[in-house]
Amino acid sequence: MKSKKVTKKILYHVLVLILGFFMIYPVLWMISGSFKENAEILRGTLALIPQNLKMSNYATGWRGFGGITFATFFKNSFIITVIATFGTVLSSSLVAYAFSRIRFRGRKIWFTCMLATMMLPGQVIMIPQYLIYYRLGLVPGYVPLILPYFCGQAFFIYQMMQFMQGIPRELDEAAKIDGCSKYKIYSNIVLPLLKPSIVTTIIIQFYWKWDDYMGPLLYLSRPKSYTVSIAIKQFADSASVTDYGAMFAMSTLSLIPVFLIFLFFNRYLVEGIGTSGLKG
Amino acid sequence: MNGASTAKAQGFRRFWNNDNTVGHVFAAPFIFGFVCFSLIPICMSFYYSFTDYSLGTKSAELIGFKNFIELFQDEVFGKSILKTLQYVVVSVPLKLIFALLVAFILTRKSRMVTLYRSLYYVPSLVGGSIAVALVWKQLFARKGLFNSVLVNMGLNKINWFGDQNLAIYPLILMAVWQFGSSMIIFAAGLKEIPSTYYEAAEIDGASGIQKFFKITLPCLSPIILYNLVMQTISAFMTFTQAFVITGGGPNNGTLLYALNVYNQAFKYNKMGYACAMSWVMLMIMSIITLIIFRTSRFWVFSESET
Repeated sequence: MKSKKVTKKILYHVLVLILGFFMIYPVLWMISGSFKENAEILRGTLALIPQNLKMSNYATGWRGFGGITFATFFKNSFIITVIATFGTVLSSSLVAYAFSRIRFRGRKIWFTCMLATMMLPGQVIMIPQYLIYYRLGLVPGYVPLILPYFCGQAFFIYQMMQFMQGIPRELDEAAKIDGCSKYKIYSNIVLPLLKPSIVTTIIIQFYWKWDDYMGPLLYLSRPKSYTVSIAIKQFADSASVTDYGAMFAMSTLSLIPVFLIFLFFNRYLVEGIGTSGLKG
Repeated sequence: MNGASTAKAQGFRRFWNNDNTVGHVFAAPFIFGFVCFSLIPICMSFYYSFTDYSLGTKSAELIGFKNFIELFQDEVFGKSILKTLQYVVVSVPLKLIFALLVAFILTRKSRMVTLYRSLYYVPSLVGGSIAVALVWKQLFARKGLFNSVLVNMGLNKINWFGDQNLAIYPLILMAVWQFGSSMIIFAAGLKEIPSTYYEAAEIDGASGIQKFFKITLPCLSPIILYNLVMQTISAFMTFTQAFVITGGGPNNGTLLYALNVYNQAFKYNKMGYACAMSWVMLMIMSIITLIIFRTSRFWVFSESET
């Protein structure tokens, strides 16, 4: 009886792991491809272990194209992502505080507008947004990729509001009696207690922005300003014969920041998606 | 003199700390962003959809409903709508079923479950990136991995990206593969179902399948609705995958709507036409979302009814 239960348990774990392996197989295949020779990749082998380990893919890929190395592209991506993520945290927490803690005229209307932007497909406003930036002389440039993130992101505002519901209002009251203004309550009480929600925001926003392809595609035109995502695509297209090994090497590198964050903070990520999605 | 200035300072402080002021100060980033990056663009887009407009070469000229009339005569546009609908209708339900099944399998109380969930989330984590799109292109290439599997099984090779009817399936498969965030939301929902429901059912002699259909599904239905709406919207907006993997081809067989809008605007510089297209897209999406919400009355179970 007991051994039957154990077998069942082992069977369960084995099955889940096998299915999981299939799920991440394409990713593993890409990583192994970054060590393979071109001919081997093009043959379409299933094997994950390269016949001849070819480390030079990384050096070849890193050289980039047009005399610009991937160091530049990584730097660009990093700058844009970090600034945009910082902007998201700052602006979203301010707006979430206004919506969840302060009763001001027009609160309901603005809140409804925010919910509406969550449902609004980005494509509808993509073209006029581009035209506005174009007329302001900001295309090509980084401003269109960064500025909107300082205006609060609906998804994160909503998620922070959910979290703020859990911060007891008695704390606000007590601080008010001690003579704190609403501004002080935000910076000294709400913001520090919001930390778990902020971590979730940082993680999700970081990897969304890091992976973003359409934004840089629209707003960047000089190769020197390219982000990693655009650069990899360009790298694949630029040569007449694509060097797949090198392309996969750079692809693998481009995923490292995302994987690192996932590795260290995946608890926050999973909880963040679970709670904010659930109550939506 | 002194008294007047302190009174003024006090008046300012009162104004500054008034709830109305504080609220607007804190909400200012959103209000600014909403007006500049949503409201004005929406109005502009609406206006442009009635114009003939090319950036740099032709200023906007009102032409009435001509864009919309032209749209419905445009064969490529019709095909792009059909292909998008096919993509959405096949990928979203498959994705949700898969997400629900995996979430259900991973509800066991085991320390490994968190690890497994992370493992299954990896595709969603990297799926939006250009890197994985390029891998996908290679996996389904003529001599790619999928075809070698088919050959190993004794089947014929399939020219995935050479056939306009088949090319959409690798994209659909990629969408289904990224079931991670739906799965996590389902898993959070499963945790909320009181275990007493299952215990009661067990006493009544319910089987595992009965429990799933009579308890799990009804309790989860609000979350299914949420996932359904969100995934439908995001499926309609799929761009990167089609742009990178197939570029819309062959013969427009994977010309998803968002890609078509992008091409009209930034490849052919037909801004007015593209704006009209995006409004039609908004309309189609609103109708579908509305239908989902309307029918939800019949299948979403809310606790207040009992």
